[in-house]
Formats: sequence, C-alpha cells, structure tokens
Amino acid sequence: MSMPTDEKWDIELTPHSSLFDLKLDDIWHYRDLLMLLVRRDFVSFYKQTILGPLWFFIQPLFTTVIYTFVFGNLADISADHLPKPLFYLAGITAWNYFADCLTKTSTVFTANAGLFGKVYFPRLIVPLSIVVSNLIRFGVQMVLFFLMIGFYVFKGANVHPNAYLLLFPFLLMLMAMLGLGLGMIISAMTTKYRDLSFLITFGIQLMMYLTTVIYPLSTVKEKYPKYQWMVEYNPMTPIIESFRYGFLGQGTFTMLSLGITTAITILILLIGIVIFNRVERTFIDTV
Amino acid sequence: MPSVIKVENLSKAYQIGEIGTGTLSRDLERYWAKMRGKEDPFLKIGEVNDRAKKGESNIVWSLKDINFEIEHGDAVGVIGRNGAGKSTLLKILSRVTAPTTGSVKLKGRIASLLEVGTGFHPELSGRENIYLNGAILGMRKAEIKRKFDEIVDFSGVERYVDTPVKRYSSGMYVRLAFAVAAHLESEILIVDEVLAVGDAEFQKKCLGKMGEVSKGEGRTILFVSHNMAAINQLCNKSILLKNGLVAMNGLTSKIVDDYLKSDLLTEAYVNLSETITAGIGNKKVSFVDVYLKKHGRSDSTRLFSLGDDMHIYIHLQFKNPNQSQVRTSIELKTVDGIKIANMIDEDSHFQVSASAENTALYRITLNDLRLYPGTYYLSLYCGDTSSTEIYDYREDCISFEIIDGGKLTSRYLPKSAGLFFLTPEWKKIE
Repeated sequence: MSMPTDEKWDIELTPHSSLFDLKLDDIWHYRDLLMLLVRRDFVSFYKQTILGPLWFFIQPLFTTVIYTFVFGNLADISADHLPKPLFYLAGITAWNYFADCLTKTSTVFTANAGLFGKVYFPRLIVPLSIVVSNLIRFGVQMVLFFLMIGFYVFKGANVHPNAYLLLFPFLLMLMAMLGLGLGMIISAMTTKYRDLSFLITFGIQLMMYLTTVIYPLSTVKEKYPKYQWMVEYNPMTPIIESFRYGFLGQGTFTMLSLGITTAITILILLIGIVIFNRVERTFIDTV
Repeated sequence: MPSVIKVENLSKAYQIGEIGTGTLSRDLERYWAKMRGKEDPFLKIGEVNDRAKKGESNIVWSLKDINFEIEHGDAVGVIGRNGAGKSTLLKILSRVTAPTTGSVKLKGRIASLLEVGTGFHPELSGRENIYLNGAILGMRKAEIKRKFDEIVDFSGVERYVDTPVKRYSSGMYVRLAFAVAAHLESEILIVDEVLAVGDAEFQKKCLGKMGEVSKGEGRTILFVSHNMAAINQLCNKSILLKNGLVAMNGLTSKIVDDYLKSDLLTEAYVNLSETITAGIGNKKVSFVDVYLKKHGRSDSTRLFSLGDDMHIYIHLQFKNPNQSQVRTSIELKTVDGIKIANMIDEDSHFQVSASAENTALYRITLNDLRLYPGTYYLSLYCGDTSSTEIYDYREDCISFEIIDGGKLTSRYLPKSAGLFFLTPEWKKIE
C-alpha cells in the first residue's frame, strides 16, 4: 500500500454538488454490482416456484387472451387489420417493458432505504439494474412474440415484417430511457411526501389507455380527430406504433413524431437524472 | 504522518418530529428563501443537540462545526453517549448522507460497515451473497473471486455456502457478513458496533482481524462503539463527541478514562418527563422520574460504597387508573454495556399496578451492593405481562458509581479484577 503524501484529496464531501455530475467513473467501478443486482432480481424471481421462468410467458399470454376477448370481440375495437392476438401481444409486450421500468424505478428510494442508509454506492446503479433486469424479462417475452409471428406468418395471415424492424433497438432504448427518466422523477418526489406513489399505480393504468395498446392510432384519427392529440403527443404512442409497424406491417407513425418522442424522452431523462442526483445525497434523512 | 481524513466545520441538521401536511408550508418557505438567495430561515434557529432538553424548533443540529484530522494508519475510536452524533458522523463519512454545511476531504477508497449483512438477499445462497455483498461494499468481482476461499474460511460456514442464507442461524449470517467486510481492500474502514453480535469467540476473531487491518496493514480505521474495552484494545486515538460537538480528541487511554470519569450523567435525580427523546413505548404507563438514595440518608446520591444498601425510587404515571398487568423491570449494566442483571417486579413477588391517583412512587431496595468500583447504568422498562406491548423504556437513564470498598474492604480494587465482590465462607477442614 502506498502512503499518501501530497495534499491531493480523492473525495470531497460538500453540502451541494454540481447538477450534472453523474459520477460516471464511480458507476463504471461498480459495474459488477449492476450485473449482480440483475442476477439477484432474476434468480429471486423464480426461487421456490414450480414453473420458474415460465411465469415470464404466462402473464402476457393471459393478458393477450383477455384483451382479445374483451376489447377485440366484446367491444369490437379495430386491430388495424392485424390478427387480434398478435396486435395486442405487440402492444402488451412493449408497454409492459416501459411500465415495469417505470413502476420499479419509481420506488427505488423507498424500497431500498435500508440498503441506501447503510452503505454508499452510486445510487444510479439501482435504477440501471432495474432497466437491465426488465430487459431480460422483455427478451423472454419477445421470444413468445416471435413464436406468435411465426405462427401467423405460417398461416398466411396479414403480417408483414419489414425494414423498419431495424428501428427496434432504438425503440427499446427510448422505452428504457423514458421509463427510467419518469421513474427517477417520481422516485425523487416521493422520498419526503408519499402522495405521488398512490398516483403512480393507477396513473400508469390511465396512461396505458392513452397509448395505442388496445387500439390503433389510425382508429383514433378516423373516429375522434378532436382528441387525437391526447394520444399522439403521448411519447409512448409513436414507439408502440412503429414497433407494430416494423414487426407486423401496420401502424401509424412518422419520422417527425418519432423525433419528437426522442426529444421528449431525452429531456425527461435529463430532468430525471438531475433530480435524482439532487435527492440521492440527503434523501435518507427524510425518507 | 499525512492526514487521510480532514473534517472542516462540519455540521448536520435534522428535522425532528413528523413529516406531513404541516411541514409542506415550511418547505415552501425554505425554498422561497433559497430562491431569493437568502439563508435558510430554519437552519439559523437550531440549537445545540441535547436530547434531554425540550427544544424551541424542530431543527436539531446533530453535528455542529466539527473539526478534526485523522492520520494515515490510525485506528480512531469514536465515543460518546447515545445521540452525541457518532452515527451521523459516520453516515457523512461513509457518504450515506451529505453534510448540511462544511466539508470532508478523504484520501483513498473508503468502505463502511455500518451494519453487517447489508444487502444480503435471503433467497440467495451464501456464495451468491458473498459476491453481492462484496460488490455492494465496492469490491470488483475478480477481487471477490480471489479472496473467496479466505472469506469462507474466516466465516466458518463452509458447509452451508450453497444454502440460501434465510436458512442460516443468525450467528452464521453475521459471521458470513463480517467475513466479507473484513476482506475489503479499502484504505479507510468505518465500523459501527458490529461487535454487538456473534458469540464471544467470533467477537474476539473480529477484534483480532480489525487489529490486524490497522496495525499490520497500515490502513485507517474509524470505530464506533460503546464497548470501551474494545476501543481501548483497538484504537490508538479517540474522539469524544458530546451533543454534536467534539468534546475531546487525542490518545485513547486518556479519553476513555476521562469519558468514564466525567460521566455525562452526573445527576442523582433524573426527571424523565422533560426529555424530548422519550424512549420507546406507547406511554400508557410512563416513568416520571427516578432517583437513588443511600439507606439511612435523606438526600439523593449517585455515589455508593461496596456493601451499601441502595434505594431506587421510581415514579410511575398511569394513563388509565384501572391499568393492571404491568410488568416493570430495572436493567443493570456496566459502563461497557455489559448487562449484569434484569430485575423484574414479579421475581420479587411484587406487582406494579395503577392506583386511583394515577401516579405511584415505588422504592426498590438493593441490599448489600457487591459491585466492583466503577460506573453502572440503570435502564427502566415497563410493559404488559406478556411482553407484547412496551409502555415505556428508558435506556441508561440514570447512572451510579461505586467509589470504594466501604465497610467491606480497604484494599485497592482495580476494575480489571472483576465485577462482583464476593466474600464466600473460607474454612480449613483438614
């Protein structure tokens, strides 16, 4: 061990830090922790279950069946000329990833207060690990989605995967960033006053109905042009619409709407990071 | 030796009381002041943190203008009574929370062991938890892998390493957790009261390991404990905190001695209804005051001699005059925190119960005190007889001192020689 000699300090703890000091080198140092947290989430998810990771399939599958029955058949909402189960599964898979990132991230401070109160590590690691472990779950669910596409293509249904598929990694990133950003804003705002956390569970439900999960944007444009903006300006709508377009060949989006979504997403993520950074330093005193 | 920790004008304010609708307006006021570039109006009126006195505001300074430096390779004990600011200081140093004003400068990696087993996941096996906990404490995966066998060996739970830790006994859990932390390679190690757990053999092992870390490997340790014996053994220097201020800073032997002597609770009469940190419990029955008297004397005192008869007077208040089934007990501790006795009313075939006046005064007499000279603490407890409900619990609320051999002996009785002064019957039988 070398002996420190000069008056150069490695760490300085002060009441305030600069807004955009992300401590990226710190996060890099703790990258193993990120992977171990992901592993922990994944392993503890199916410990002491019989079906294990199969549960990742069961939830979207059943939701699809219910949606097909309720919205597709009973309410007879258009599925953009796509096979109904495929239409809903696409929406559910994408929406779930975003919603899971958002809900889990939004409780980061309150759920981990015990851990955060005892030991320091870059707090941003935990929301990042949430995004990554949901990615695994999402990946498993995508397998289900692919199987379903294969099935319908084989049957010769009206499904046309196309070059816009290449947008997929970008869409995935947008969803992760948006969920992360919104989640961090909410988590930071619920450390002292918990009111917002009551809003979040049904807020996400409501937001889903403002997103094109159970109906296509084309139907809204056609039937309710007056309220179209509510759905269209929702940053999740262009993501899901282009997701559907790429994989299934139906969906309404423009490069402009996607560009606006990107801009909003980046803005929300930046605000999220700034607020999160501000709060993480002393939240433990008020949580 | 160059400093590795430099603390300058460090202060930390806490908001006490409940957070709710009422605090929102004050938050807005503070925010408004900040927006206009003015000083926070609520931080100005905070007073020195004395938990026994009722304050005027609900901002309290847990630490106030602390200054000190710690040199490379020192093992520093942080001592002080409950609420003196020890844990707050460690929390700031370990970066769990940020200071309100002032700054701390550090050299090298810092690792904190504020509570062993932080981040252990019950469903994961010992092996998986070693990796997870190690990573939480700041170790790289490769580093943990390299030390894995050493960690398992130190913990002594090799046989269970692939069993989920929820199946562990609490002792095994702690052993494993400490083993991980003890193998951290940080330049500065912060340790808070970990030794309160585990059996005697393991505690010894922990102390040994920490001594090795500071003396052998030349790393810097900060160690908080109420266990003066451990501080004495482990730390060459100490910092004494009192009400959020540094009361003393220097060589351990002198500070521990002074701390024990000065004894921050020097009153023989303690009014328990005025303390703001009113202990634990729902206060259906509460302690009003407590004082000590020597048999045959009318004034209260806290100085006794071996063989004296001590009267403990406790004044209880009952919210409900029909309150029955009350269990009251008095805990006796050494200054090092070793519990000597727990004296429960029913063991003495007595039952504390409410009276029509709502208050009652009890006298508990300890005949023929046989404790070695030193300082002793009493804690008062009051709960229901099934131990499910705590009415009032006041930890270490009063202390007394045994000063000499009294009528029993005039020889010198060093603290290290024992705890009980026993005079058994000696007889030559052959």
